[in-house]
Amino acid sequence: MNNILEANQVVKQYGDYTALNHVSLSVPKGSIYGLLGPNGAGKTSLIRIINQITMPDSGEVILDGEKLNPAHIQMIGYMPEERGLYKTMKVGEQCLYLAQLKGLSKQEAKNQLKYWFEKLEIEGWWNKKIQELSKGMAQKVQFIVTVLHKPKLLILDEPFSGFDPVNANLIKDEIMELNKQGTSIIFSTHRMESVEEMCDYIALIHKSNKLIEGKLTDVKKQYRTNTYEVGVLSGNIEGLMYDLTQKFTLTQTDFKSLNDELKLDINLGNATPNELLNILIQRGQVTHFVEKIPSVNDIFIKTVSEK
Amino acid sequence: MSKTALIIKREFFAKVRNKSFIVMTFLSPLLFVGIAVFVGYLSTMKAEKKTIAVHDESGLFFSEFKNTDEYHYLDASKTNLSVLKDSIINESYEGLLAIPKSDNTNVWQNKIEYISNDSPSVTFIEDIEDVINQKLTTQNYIHNNLDTLAIKKSKSDVSIHLQKATGEEALKGLNEIKIAIGGAFGYLIMMFIVIYGNMVMRSVIEEKVSRIIEVIISSVKPFQLMMGKIIGTSLAGILQFLIWAFLGITAMFILSSVFGVQMGTTSGVQSQQAIEAAKSTMNSDMQMYIKELWNLPIATIIISFIIYFIGGYFLYSSFYAAIGAAVDNETDSQQFLLPIIMPLILGVYIGFFTVINDPHGTIATVFSMIPLTSPIVMLMRIPFGVPAWQIIVSMVLLFATFFLVVWFASKIYRVGILMYGKKPTWKEMIKWMKY
Repeated sequence: MNNILEANQVVKQYGDYTALNHVSLSVPKGSIYGLLGPNGAGKTSLIRIINQITMPDSGEVILDGEKLNPAHIQMIGYMPEERGLYKTMKVGEQCLYLAQLKGLSKQEAKNQLKYWFEKLEIEGWWNKKIQELSKGMAQKVQFIVTVLHKPKLLILDEPFSGFDPVNANLIKDEIMELNKQGTSIIFSTHRMESVEEMCDYIALIHKSNKLIEGKLTDVKKQYRTNTYEVGVLSGNIEGLMYDLTQKFTLTQTDFKSLNDELKLDINLGNATPNELLNILIQRGQVTHFVEKIPSVNDIFIKTVSEK
Repeated sequence: MSKTALIIKREFFAKVRNKSFIVMTFLSPLLFVGIAVFVGYLSTMKAEKKTIAVHDESGLFFSEFKNTDEYHYLDASKTNLSVLKDSIINESYEGLLAIPKSDNTNVWQNKIEYISNDSPSVTFIEDIEDVINQKLTTQNYIHNNLDTLAIKKSKSDVSIHLQKATGEEALKGLNEIKIAIGGAFGYLIMMFIVIYGNMVMRSVIEEKVSRIIEVIISSVKPFQLMMGKIIGTSLAGILQFLIWAFLGITAMFILSSVFGVQMGTTSGVQSQQAIEAAKSTMNSDMQMYIKELWNLPIATIIISFIIYFIGGYFLYSSFYAAIGAAVDNETDSQQFLLPIIMPLILGVYIGFFTVINDPHGTIATVFSMIPLTSPIVMLMRIPFGVPAWQIIVSMVLLFATFFLVVWFASKIYRVGILMYGKKPTWKEMIKWMKY
């Protein structure tokens, strides 16, 4: 079994409203899996089903080769989008309590806590109450609580919201390290740049349906348009433009450069990059030649607005 | 440790370590004593002395009025009535009692006036009427040549003795004592439900507002969390009651020993005998009361108190938990709380008004069966002696309802804790049960 998590035809309805409509997913072991979708798409419903907070109306979820059962609770670490801790409870006590609820013994929990408190340099917080901490500090505690019991699967809902850039980076590094050690991670977020940077698989859910799923590079290949971003210095711009418009579709574009060149997006259609290059080289000096790879953001907006 | 036990432990300590719990536990007995002392002080405070001018043209009645702490009677028979009326307006006197001269009792009966700017108290007027009546009656006896001494002698004063069929002597006022005992237990249950039920509700709302709820229920079942919360909170409550009971008993012990010592040293030899005599007469009465109290079904009362306490508290706090889960803040909870508090208040009223008059009547019996009122009403009935089958039926009904309500409440709870942003209606809450 190479998938840590598989969802097969999961359906969830609240009264007349369908939150998930026959959604199937497979999350490969050891991957960082981006679960994308606009607000209200059904991401949280799916995450809650995986966490056994609610039950699917039909369909099944398979975790690490077994049908979802109460023992799986220990295998999952879940950080909900709406963070929450007991405000008047002391940090250390609270972490111990939540860890024990996840099935750790008191001693184990203490050892793990010591490790994480040292690692994130927050040893001095043990006897502080959550309400004395800033939002970012509380987020750190929340992260520790989520990973404390060494889950095989981490589900992080908007993990970077509320962190300043320094701490966001710190947490990102921790997540990457956990991933390297073998933890699979499901990542639900609206921050496309972090998906771009971290995820190797993505799925897009929109209006209760799964629209896209796959390896990030595969999805991108599927959405590539064979468009190149080109910069060229030419003495005969009119001639060059004439040649190009004969064969390709052009749009004016802009990118940062030190030259005052002609900047174009050129859609090749069925032609090859070399055919384009030939024309460009004949007419001028090529300073910039890059395939326009669709960003996750583009794919997201395109897919969501199409439907 | 099981997860439920962990939750119970946390809830217990969260309540007990709370500053307001500590303050409440140790301050409220002081407050209670303070209020009692204050009320006692107020009642001993003497009212302002009021002067009543009596204009008695007949000259028969003035000597009958005895000055009291509150009222001072002034003979103003010689003063002109209109002058007296003016002085009432000037407020020199509190009031003016004008008794005209007459030979006819009927005239007196209707012509006596009391003039005052303030409305007099009912007891004051009744006292005056009594005095005048008595004097008039005696006057009439004399007028009709009746022997007043013979009449006085022939008056009787009956005191009926109560007895049971077994021949034991029964005591007056025992019903009041019984209802007081049952009422105390019933009232205790009601107070506990209202105070700690609310605490359960607030704790549910707190988890919802702080959003920790989603973290917790990804580790435990909502039902475990709800039950852990209810049990943990009740344990904190029981601890509080135990502390109060302990403080109360200690205080009583200290007080009685302090006063006991004082009594022994200060009372002289002469009064010693008087006290002994008073004690012996009081003792025979007291002993009978104490005997009667021991004859009450004490074991039944205590055992049923515990059972009804558990059943009633769990039943109601499941409601409270469900309501807490359904709303986003305490203000929104009001409309749902009213239907829950109503049966509790109804139970107390039925207890104090119906049970005392007719402990085994239809109304008392029916309400001691209905699960929402039975913990209070049945406890008030038990000191009067209730057939065992009624108690058993009532308890079975209570616990059957309890399981049913917990089941429904946990369904509402499960859905409600993850719902934010809108105030639910009863209709929606019923819909949640089907999810």
